[in-house]
Amino acid sequence: MKIGVLALQGAVAEHIRMLELAGASEARTVKKVDDLHDLDGLVIPGGESTTISKLMHKYGFMEEIRKFGLEQRPIFGTCAGAILLAKRINGQDDAHLQLMDIKVERNAYGRQKDSFEIKLPIAGVASDFPAVFIRAPYIMEISDRGQVLAKHEEKIVAAREGHYLAAAFHPELTEDYRFHKYFLEMVKEYRS
Amino acid sequence: MSEAQVGTTRVKRGMAEMQKGGVIMDVVNAEQAKIAEAAGAVAVMALERVPSDIRAAGGVARMADLSIVEEVLKAVSIPVMAKARIGHFVEARVLESMGVDYLDESEVLTPADDLYHINKKEFTVPFVCGARDLGEALRRIGEGASMIRTKGEPGTGNIVEAVRHMRTVQAQIRKVQSMSYDELMAEAKNLGAPYDLLEYVHKNGKLPVVNFAAGGVATPSDAALMMHLGADGVFVGSGIFKSENPEKFARAIVEATTHYTDYELIARVSKGLGTAMTGIEISKIREADRMQERGW
Repeated sequence: MKIGVLALQGAVAEHIRMLELAGASEARTVKKVDDLHDLDGLVIPGGESTTISKLMHKYGFMEEIRKFGLEQRPIFGTCAGAILLAKRINGQDDAHLQLMDIKVERNAYGRQKDSFEIKLPIAGVASDFPAVFIRAPYIMEISDRGQVLAKHEEKIVAAREGHYLAAAFHPELTEDYRFHKYFLEMVKEYRS
Repeated sequence: MSEAQVGTTRVKRGMAEMQKGGVIMDVVNAEQAKIAEAAGAVAVMALERVPSDIRAAGGVARMADLSIVEEVLKAVSIPVMAKARIGHFVEARVLESMGVDYLDESEVLTPADDLYHINKKEFTVPFVCGARDLGEALRRIGEGASMIRTKGEPGTGNIVEAVRHMRTVQAQIRKVQSMSYDELMAEAKNLGAPYDLLEYVHKNGKLPVVNFAAGGVATPSDAALMMHLGADGVFVGSGIFKSENPEKFARAIVEATTHYTDYELIARVSKGLGTAMTGIEISKIREADRMQERGW
């Protein structure tokens, strides 16, 4: 199973480490669109969504990752990655990849001093997952095809829609690789 | 379900992890902040004056005019940083109360305490601090810094000091990593570093927080050079808004930082940028005026 991590900016090395711990046979960085072609799945990491988006446009990733998603290859977005996957962003006219049918609110919990961590139950993953929220978004709306995996104070913070997976928090900043394992299971499912 | 906890070590260090591979730009008003955001900056540092102007102005450099900080906070959706004087925990508290996302306890400003740095562990907001060597970096982390940057020599547009500081830290990390356990305590004493943090470096071969380059970055190639030397990202102070074409310089430095091993790309983005900021040779700066000597 070959998994790529989009490496334009953000917490790339952490995702690679977690994917390896979770049992991916190969986890590698994706810096150019050519790096996408033989991957079974893709992670879009946390970072600054405006920065990553600008670089994605510049290097032709918008089209190529859309194609990647439409070919039913799984994509996992964390924090900024979830914003990039979303079809709609609250208060903005355009969204980025527009692959996953969710609406997100950016910086939904306030500024950095309001960032927090908490143990949350995540459906199909864990009953006590350490969730680290950093200037995090949340998911305001989800389609009928989507499945809510976790909520915090009534707000959706993790969800799945077919081969798309989104988390508002950062599983890559912990030592707990169960969320990455869940994604690898998804990849396995869609590969066969 | 457990209680949400703010200001934990993981939340503070995690914020810096999210900035990796990115460029943090100094700005002095909302307009510059918007240019920086549009160019792909991962954060902006709100200042009253960029370092080269602080150097030229002389006198005591303090925390920025708070109306500038507020203006920048309102102008952009990316994180906003601001500088407090070394040891000036009230400036730091004031900036924290305004919602600044990250504080720089910075040698660019005139130190407020000639003996002690801020106890950064007490704060909810994370801090970045400058360091010239491993001992200094680990002392700052011991005080609670969640991110380290080279000091370089701010406002000079001369990369040599940042290179020296980054090389020094990396060489010392390699040395500590290869030491036997018996040697660690004596090395902690030599470096003036907390023992437990030195032990972490010995085991992991890296600092426990991200390490950015700062102080003298003026061109896309400077930024890429620092990434090669082990920087996790880059601060650009005077280098952008003291150049001939700030917008182009900003975009080019962002691209060169992401693709620091792609020389053709760096060549392409470096063409037609116009003149970089005017630089200063380090030996022309009196020792008393060298900002990097500030900090203990």
